[in-house]
Amino acid sequence: MMPDLGKYAVEVGLAYAVSLVLLGGIIWLSVRRYRAVKAALERVERGQDGH
Amino acid sequence: MSFWEYANPKKFIDTTAPAVPWVMGLALACLAVGLVWGFFFTPDDFRQGSTVKIIYLHVPSAMMAINIWIMMLVTSLVWLVRRHHVSALAARAAAPVGMVMVLMALFTGAIWGQPMWGTWWAWDPRLTSFLILFLFYLGYIALWAAIDDPDTAADLTSVLCIVGSVFALLSRYAVLFWNQGLHQGATLSLDKEENIADVFWFPLLVCIAGFVLLFVALVLMRTGTEIRLRRMRALEARAERAAEARA
Repeated sequence: MMPDLGKYAVEVGLAYAVSLVLLGGIIWLSVRRYRAVKAALERVERGQDGH
Repeated sequence: MSFWEYANPKKFIDTTAPAVPWVMGLALACLAVGLVWGFFFTPDDFRQGSTVKIIYLHVPSAMMAINIWIMMLVTSLVWLVRRHHVSALAARAAAPVGMVMVLMALFTGAIWGQPMWGTWWAWDPRLTSFLILFLFYLGYIALWAAIDDPDTAADLTSVLCIVGSVFALLSRYAVLFWNQGLHQGATLSLDKEENIADVFWFPLLVCIAGFVLLFVALVLMRTGTEIRLRRMRALEARAERAAEARA
């Protein structure tokens, strides 16, 4: 299944690994911050409604 | 209905929030199909060997790095002219995504360049203008973080974005009018004669679609986050003022 990358296996593998980490990282950070801020705003709005 | 209705933060969130999971899902599907197709099911290039597989990451990320800055330029101009907060926040939301794209393009380019050119880096016009674009992304993000007043921050970052657009355009066209670097000309062309072979072209198109959709999903989500953050700060400031008035 794995293609034969020949003498450039390290270069190609590294390019894919680092790129996927960067893409995964920005997606994960964006989703995490989105959820955290959404929950925090809901808390603040509930607190204001309670007053 | 006018396009400018989406400058209303509530309207923007109500409209975009339900779409984000679908756009993100489609983006991840395109990326998975394009990258698996390109990595596992395309042949090696007769000159570049298996390093040609880096094209599915390098070209879309480089394209997005430039085009995200152009999108930031447009939204910054909208802010400066019409003072719509959502447009300024969209530019702010896009910047970290663009920075990741330029970092990916620089990294994959260096890894590709070493076996093909015999060097990781050269002060080639396109490479140098990309490095400067990366520094502009860093500066843009730092400037937003450094200024407390959001309107002043939006004004100054918009001006920085206009200045940085020179380098975004330079990195796009440097290979055309500065013909002395290592970097080859455009990989993609509407001219069939100049284009890459179909066996590489089709998976590359799917990857490009994945990168564009991923950016759309991320920028909508991150703009929504910035809008909520600003509303939260406004509510907290109002609560503090009310508490001070009571004391």
